[in-house]
Amino acid sequence: MERLIAKYEKKLVDAGLAEPGAPLLAGLDAELIFNRRDPATSELAKIFDGLHINSLLYCRPAEPYRTIVDYLSARGQTITPEDCETRTFQHDIPVAGRFAAEDILAGLRRRKSVIIPGAGVIAHGVVSPEQAFVTYSSVLFACFVKFFGDYLTALEAGRSGRPGRPDAAFAAAFDRAVAHLDPVRPAPPLLAKGPFTSAAQVYEALDQAGKATVDFRLVDSFFGNISYCLDDVLYISQTGSSLDELPGHVDPCPLDGSSCAGLTASSEFSAHAQVVLTSKVRAILHGHPKFSVLMSMRCAKKECEARGACHLKCPDQRRLGDVPVVPGEVGSGPTGLCNTMPAAMRGQRAVMVHGHGLFAVGETDFNEPFATLLAVENASREAYFRAVAELS
Amino acid sequence: MPTPHYGWTGKVLRIDLAARTAEIAGPDPELYRAVIGGKGLAGYYLREHVTKSCDDPAMPLCLFTGPLTATLSPTSGRMTIMSRSPLTGTVGDASVGGGLGTRLKQAGLDGIVVTGKSATPAGIEIVDGSVRFCDAGALTGLGVHELAGRLAGKGSFAAIGPAAENRVAFANIMVDEHYAAGRGGLGLLFAAKNLKYITVKGSGRVAVHDPEALGAARRDILRLTMASPVLSGEHGFSCYGTGSLYDLMDSRRMMPTDNFRKTHFEQAGSLNAYAFKEKYLPRRAGCKGCHILCKRVTEGGVAMPEYEAMSHFTALCGNTDLATVVAANTLCNDLGLDTISTASTLACHAEIRGDTLAKDEILALITAIGRGENPELAQGAARYALAAKHPEAAMTVKGLELPGYDPRGAYGLSLAYVTSTRGGCHLRAYPISHEILRKPVATDRFSYSGKARIVKIAEDVNAVADSLTACKFIFLAAGLEEYAKAFTAVTGLALGAQDLLECGERIYYNERIMNAFNGFCDRDDDLPGRFFTADGSHGEGITVNALPRGEFLAARAAYYRIRGLSPHGLPLARKAKELGLTWND
Repeated sequence: MERLIAKYEKKLVDAGLAEPGAPLLAGLDAELIFNRRDPATSELAKIFDGLHINSLLYCRPAEPYRTIVDYLSARGQTITPEDCETRTFQHDIPVAGRFAAEDILAGLRRRKSVIIPGAGVIAHGVVSPEQAFVTYSSVLFACFVKFFGDYLTALEAGRSGRPGRPDAAFAAAFDRAVAHLDPVRPAPPLLAKGPFTSAAQVYEALDQAGKATVDFRLVDSFFGNISYCLDDVLYISQTGSSLDELPGHVDPCPLDGSSCAGLTASSEFSAHAQVVLTSKVRAILHGHPKFSVLMSMRCAKKECEARGACHLKCPDQRRLGDVPVVPGEVGSGPTGLCNTMPAAMRGQRAVMVHGHGLFAVGETDFNEPFATLLAVENASREAYFRAVAELS
Repeated sequence: MPTPHYGWTGKVLRIDLAARTAEIAGPDPELYRAVIGGKGLAGYYLREHVTKSCDDPAMPLCLFTGPLTATLSPTSGRMTIMSRSPLTGTVGDASVGGGLGTRLKQAGLDGIVVTGKSATPAGIEIVDGSVRFCDAGALTGLGVHELAGRLAGKGSFAAIGPAAENRVAFANIMVDEHYAAGRGGLGLLFAAKNLKYITVKGSGRVAVHDPEALGAARRDILRLTMASPVLSGEHGFSCYGTGSLYDLMDSRRMMPTDNFRKTHFEQAGSLNAYAFKEKYLPRRAGCKGCHILCKRVTEGGVAMPEYEAMSHFTALCGNTDLATVVAANTLCNDLGLDTISTASTLACHAEIRGDTLAKDEILALITAIGRGENPELAQGAARYALAAKHPEAAMTVKGLELPGYDPRGAYGLSLAYVTSTRGGCHLRAYPISHEILRKPVATDRFSYSGKARIVKIAEDVNAVADSLTACKFIFLAAGLEEYAKAFTAVTGLALGAQDLLECGERIYYNERIMNAFNGFCDRDDDLPGRFFTADGSHGEGITVNALPRGEFLAARAAYYRIRGLSPHGLPLARKAKELGLTWND
């Protein structure tokens, strides 16, 4: 437990989600342990008395998330995100009135996390501190997308004379958050050159590209996935695997379906498989770049029968720059992205799934998909601030 | 304060087979709040009788649904059948699918408690709450397949085959022909009461407090199901049934082979779910109210083996013939035999005998067991091995034969096997979920770190699942967070996930109390010795060492503390009272 707590404390800081020394993590097996002494531990210990959990994370987010979370949580008892992954796994995010076990428990008895305005985010795990890390990361991602999306919507309202234009507090929070954004990284790293001819080379390339994707912050928590096809075997990251920890977490799946060893493969295995089986593509990289996700959810069409269900059945052929945007949910169901993304990928270098993330492809190695992922994110960020400037 | 107006019907049918009477009882509404339904309610009705012998006419046979059964809540068409296990002497319960649970609710019943012994072979036929006792003399000795034909048109059924009539200790109750209320020999309870079958037909509908909220909860659960590779992926249960676990278990080097003397089966690649699919072209089937549909049935009505039967009738028994696996599975279902216990007893027999079983011999022995022609093997692996003076060859915990997951490959599973209240069962805590299938997140399968609390919480979660009811497999995707929403929508009772977990803890602790009444303690919470002394099959970069005994015992001690038991695994008055359970020393 101590090892896991130390691991996720470091990952929070490395990912820019927390400042060094900020995460307070607790784990409970037979005994309750904390990663450090803190006045908050006595109140957090009470939460273990009220919940059937084995781990807890309490952290004041690093900027710009701190500003974003504080702003959103001060304005409602529940934050309802609309991005795909967060909607699927978190549903909504409760806000507690104050840092008191009773208030925190009220939220955590309902959901996996709770925000305390001005204090931070609390998330729990039932089997591992990893769950708390993932939930915390997802909350910050969801709040980021919602905050910047809401601001643009508010500007549009103001421009058209509708109520809802940003007030001074929103504008100030926006300026503060923008000031803390990661700098733009224009150049992709040089990754291993393909085509790869052995499984060992594939594993190495997946590891390298996965780590780079996390390093460039093109994915939240670990929810991306990656694959490479060699000799009719698709080497794909396992479900729930962290892109920066891929060794030992890649499933080799024969594409003739003769084995179910891919039972633990990424939930997007079907989509990856369809892409490689219907094209010359060998490398696929899927990330969740924040501004790309945000901009994929922007739609100027006012009257639309799919309003509110854009992620399921957007009827239009929309684009993010030159990249198609398609509807589709996580996985393999009738509304799953496996029914939309592979078809849209024909002749394209990437496809954006509405409110979810970008799938980028290459014929030899991960240099092309990584460069695409980065370029689309940088272009989306530029487009976002251009729109803000035009409306301000 | 719960009311039985929504979700529950508020009616429990009490049947006395000796007197041939049936009356409706209305349990205290507060009981529903405390133990939910299904497994929880069944445990409540069993407890005061649990020290009785299984063939005592007063021993109750409890069949219970939950508040979600027969509603739109996903995977809710299950129910629990419970009594004392004739095989192990512990609490004996089985969550079973098919359509029986749904029909019971539609007939206006939350459950049935059967006591007494009929003077002659009997059947019970229930239509919308009215009960008819029938003469079943002409059905005695019939296999389940033929019996299903005779009962056609009478709704869903629970019945026994020849194995229970011949007192096989691991005889099942079979529901709707293909669905087994297995493990522990519950079929013997039917036989002890001279009861061949129960049929149920109903035309009612379950009242739902907030249909719109139930729809929203359902959508959340379905969305999570679709995001689950294990349930909905190309290699998942929806496509291949539970047999999709076969490749994975072998590749993780935890496929029980040669009666758990090895953990890797060389021929596994040609005996996997893909091979069955290619050869038999089965269609998808499943329980009422389920969208996963993990069962596979051929056009000819032959049920394909589940993962456990696939694994045990191949690797465990050293068989490499697909047709023999299907035939063995079909025979077991028709005779009403538990496939895991049957295969494990055969593997134990082969080990003691010192050779392997030919494919024809496997089928001949199964037939002999079910037809009452091999009373030695019919007692199950533990009693058979003890009588043969080789108790070490019985791969059992508390007398229940272990399923197709070697505990040396998943340390949490090793702990879960021993803490399970019904003996060596993987489903009570299902650590396969996080140790192998990576849900909700992956844990280190070769470590006991944190596993005591994880197992305890998972046992409570699954006790809730079996009480609501919901299929345990859905918890590979959704969680109590989502099911609490469905529960509240159906019942109008605002309980969250943590409130439900408290019910789960109460339900499970009650089972520990019942087992303690029958003398079970830490001495029984243990694994066969070979898991601590012999390595598994290393290979492909995976080392499968013997389980570290000291760490295992430390984890078990931690479990006892977390569960609120004494150092000897016994329930404590203080904890029982804290959970609102009655306590009698």
